[in-house]
Amino acid sequence: MKTLKSLAFLLSVATIFTSCSSDNDSSPVNEEELITTITVVYTPEGGGSTITLESKDLDGDGPDAPVISVSGPFAQNTTYQGVVSFKNESVNPAEDITEEIVNEAEDHQIFYQKTGTLNNFTYASDAENLDANGKPIGLKSVFTTTNSASGTLKITLIHLPNKSAAGVSDGDITNAGGSPDAEAIFNITVN
Amino acid sequence: MQKKTTLVFFFWMFVVSSYGQHSISGKITTKDKLPISGSHIHIGKKKVTSDSQGNYLVGPLPSGKLSVHISYLGFQPIDTLVVLNYNLVLDFELKESVEQLGEVMVKQGKNTLNKSVLEQKIKTETLEKYSNQSLGDALKEIAGVSSLKTGNAIVKPIINGLYGSRVPIINNNVRLEDQQWGTEHAPNLDINGAGKVTVIKGASGLQYGGDAVGGLVIIEPLVVKKDTLFGKTIFNFDSNGRGGSANTSIHNAKLLGWSYNFLGTFKYMGDRSAPDYNLSNTGNRETNFSAAVKFSQNKYDFETSYSFFKATIGILSASHIGNAYDLYQSINNQIPAEIHPFSYTINSPRQEVQHHIAKLNFNYRWNEISSIAVQYAFQYNRRLEFDIRRGSFANTAALDLDLKTHSILIDYKKNSHDWTIKSGANGAYQTNFANPSTGIRPLIPNYSKYDLGVYGLVAHHFSNQFTLESGLRYDFSKLDATKYYYKSRWNERGYDELFPEFIVSDYGGTQWLTEPEFSFHNISASLGFHSAFEDNLDWFFNISLANRNPNPSELFSDGLHHSTGIIELGDLALKKEQSIKVATTVQKQWTAFSVEINPYLSNIKDYMFLKPIGFENTIRGTFPVWEYQQTQAIISGIDLQTHWKIGNHWQDFFSLSYVNGRDLSNQIPLIDIPPLSINHKIQFSKKQWFDLLLELKNEVVFYQNRFPMNNFTTDIIVNNEFVPVLVDISTPPPGYQLWHFYSEIKFKSLSKIKTTLAFSVQNILNTNYRDYLNRQRFYADEIGRNFQVQLKFNY
Repeated sequence: MKTLKSLAFLLSVATIFTSCSSDNDSSPVNEEELITTITVVYTPEGGGSTITLESKDLDGDGPDAPVISVSGPFAQNTTYQGVVSFKNESVNPAEDITEEIVNEAEDHQIFYQKTGTLNNFTYASDAENLDANGKPIGLKSVFTTTNSASGTLKITLIHLPNKSAAGVSDGDITNAGGSPDAEAIFNITVN
Repeated sequence: MQKKTTLVFFFWMFVVSSYGQHSISGKITTKDKLPISGSHIHIGKKKVTSDSQGNYLVGPLPSGKLSVHISYLGFQPIDTLVVLNYNLVLDFELKESVEQLGEVMVKQGKNTLNKSVLEQKIKTETLEKYSNQSLGDALKEIAGVSSLKTGNAIVKPIINGLYGSRVPIINNNVRLEDQQWGTEHAPNLDINGAGKVTVIKGASGLQYGGDAVGGLVIIEPLVVKKDTLFGKTIFNFDSNGRGGSANTSIHNAKLLGWSYNFLGTFKYMGDRSAPDYNLSNTGNRETNFSAAVKFSQNKYDFETSYSFFKATIGILSASHIGNAYDLYQSINNQIPAEIHPFSYTINSPRQEVQHHIAKLNFNYRWNEISSIAVQYAFQYNRRLEFDIRRGSFANTAALDLDLKTHSILIDYKKNSHDWTIKSGANGAYQTNFANPSTGIRPLIPNYSKYDLGVYGLVAHHFSNQFTLESGLRYDFSKLDATKYYYKSRWNERGYDELFPEFIVSDYGGTQWLTEPEFSFHNISASLGFHSAFEDNLDWFFNISLANRNPNPSELFSDGLHHSTGIIELGDLALKKEQSIKVATTVQKQWTAFSVEINPYLSNIKDYMFLKPIGFENTIRGTFPVWEYQQTQAIISGIDLQTHWKIGNHWQDFFSLSYVNGRDLSNQIPLIDIPPLSINHKIQFSKKQWFDLLLELKNEVVFYQNRFPMNNFTTDIIVNNEFVPVLVDISTPPPGYQLWHFYSEIKFKSLSKIKTTLAFSVQNILNTNYRDYLNRQRFYADEIGRNFQVQLKFNY
């Protein structure tokens, strides 16, 4: 029977195709790009205790909120030099994302916004704080305290900001566009 | 080696002189002189059927020219003219048709797949107008079908308010498996490969599956029913997007012996533009081809085909957002955050998709009454989605899915006298592989899925006026997945108590490796009738029961969706969704006017949908969290279509669709329900002027005032203080009205090639508008005016 032969052929072809199933590689995803930790270290000029601000979110988009810590209050009438760093601590060993930001300086900018009675946080003026176009990256900041004050500091890392937009190179986030890769809000007091 | 003369038909004619009596009689046989009983004979205004010996008699008949039509299922019909001055004896030999089984089914009865549901069809000529667009765009020609869009190039059909997994798409008898659950995943097929598109609103197409809660879209390739060789080439040029497409196809058909066809399509489009600005990164490309070879004999035919679809689709740059504040900015600024000059370049975010279908099928006909079809199909879908990423990841896909599906279908059909019986079984095996090297946790995990289904459909014609139809289907489905869950998510979802058995091992102290397993047994059914009254009045009624299992995105979603800035969470505890739909259609035709009214009501138990449940703080900011929940939903609506022939040259087409979706458990409207829409088209045609055709179309989409309120607030810093601002993601955009123009002429060019030249304008007034069912309505306006020139050659 010609028909039966054809039918048998069809079914056997089908069986061959079905048997080559894919090998399900179920290795976990290594989230190398993730930022889990923002750390800012403020060092007072002329000695004194450094202040460390840290926000750590080990489960990425997971339900656990970031753990935020501020090592202590800032002292009055002091100028602090701040350096921010970004890390991925979900992988072992932890990865330093700051390096990537420096390598792609034109595509990144860090913004510092404050609320309450705190003085402004400004960009440090040294050359390493600028990208190849002379626009700020903002990894380094300056915080000069006067009297006692309190409020919050919001740090935002923007990927692909429009650094030429009005106010952006002065640290104003309003017209920056782009999208935030990391942000953290710290409660700050000056005693 | 068939001679051309045997192609159509041949008959003997005897003239018998007689006095006064005018009738025509004769005998209908097969080529082998076997009598055909029950064949349909239509002469002038009289209809009869042949008796058991194949004999017929029609009379009395008036003298003069009369049209004769002879048909019988499974045979090629005969149409001819006779001049009646005496009594005539006409014997006819019918030639068996060797069309594909599916097509025989289609030709049967009122040319439908289903008898109790009035199906909506789009013909080749209409599909050709959309040669440079997508299936979703073309389907909007049908009342009650709208589209869910992401930008301009990603278009998914919505049938009576439902889409995605609820609307399976059957392409050339293969159920398309292309990650169809995703709202931003357009059906992976080339519209140029479609010869005919049929929409079944509801679940009554049981031979294709029992889960079509919304409906079915059935795409059939061009089927040629005679020995012929022809080709077709279409060129499109579009001003908006500054690109176009080319499509060419060749068909070589033989009723007996070898047939083949080939089709290729190439599309190249740059950035589209809205009336006021360029829509950066919205270009797209498509490269498709397909080929089929078929061998036909009287009793059987065998076909093998392969199709390849490849698309690169740019996603509006401005729609990549980081967090709720970004979304707030986009919604409030009303213009995209990124506007660059026109470009053909496609950067991230973008999608790169490939879809392969290889198919073998075999049809066998015992006789003109019963036949069987066996089909094996393999589908391979590869989806890469590129996002805006840092450093070395810029060129690594953020989502890399690899979906393979094997399926086998066996369908048996029997058509005897007043009974039509269809029965069959199918099996499918599917694997999804989510490549972990993306460095981003995949939305859809690795899984294997097994499906098994059996169905039976019976239709009985009680009389020419009344047909009753019923069907029953059983489906078994099993899903085995492998997924890493953060322990924090696992516990937050409550899975530690519900599904401890899914945990396989601990990974790195923070994650669980899990292997969730699900099995489903589903029964679906359909019952309906078609009643044909005198004076061209038809009444269709159908009630259908459908079951849809939760899809992988509903079960496993677990993370941030970048275009919406929302964390979407699946639920492993979801149950299957069950719908009962009642639909009826009343169709009435007068000489110059016809009307079709189709009200429906669908009651869906455990309807799955995304619902906002709160917020999560992450290091990237605060995000609203939406989770898949289930509710009792009711969807009702009405589709109305009219057609008015005003004299010889003018025609008027009108259609209206209204749908109302309600979440009964929460007493709120359902999200993403299409608003009331009205389409009105006036057509002028004149054969003498190169088949001139002019069309003016008016499209009105109303404001959707029934929507759930999902707005939320986020804190922004203004003047050194946190100020809460409202992120309005719920309010639909205002209604809009668009005008479109289409014109064409036909002529012979270059050694008598039939040529069609078409010129059309979409959005003539360059209206600014946004559509409620476009995922990018938060970021940019819809595209503005477009001029299109289309050149079509048939040879």
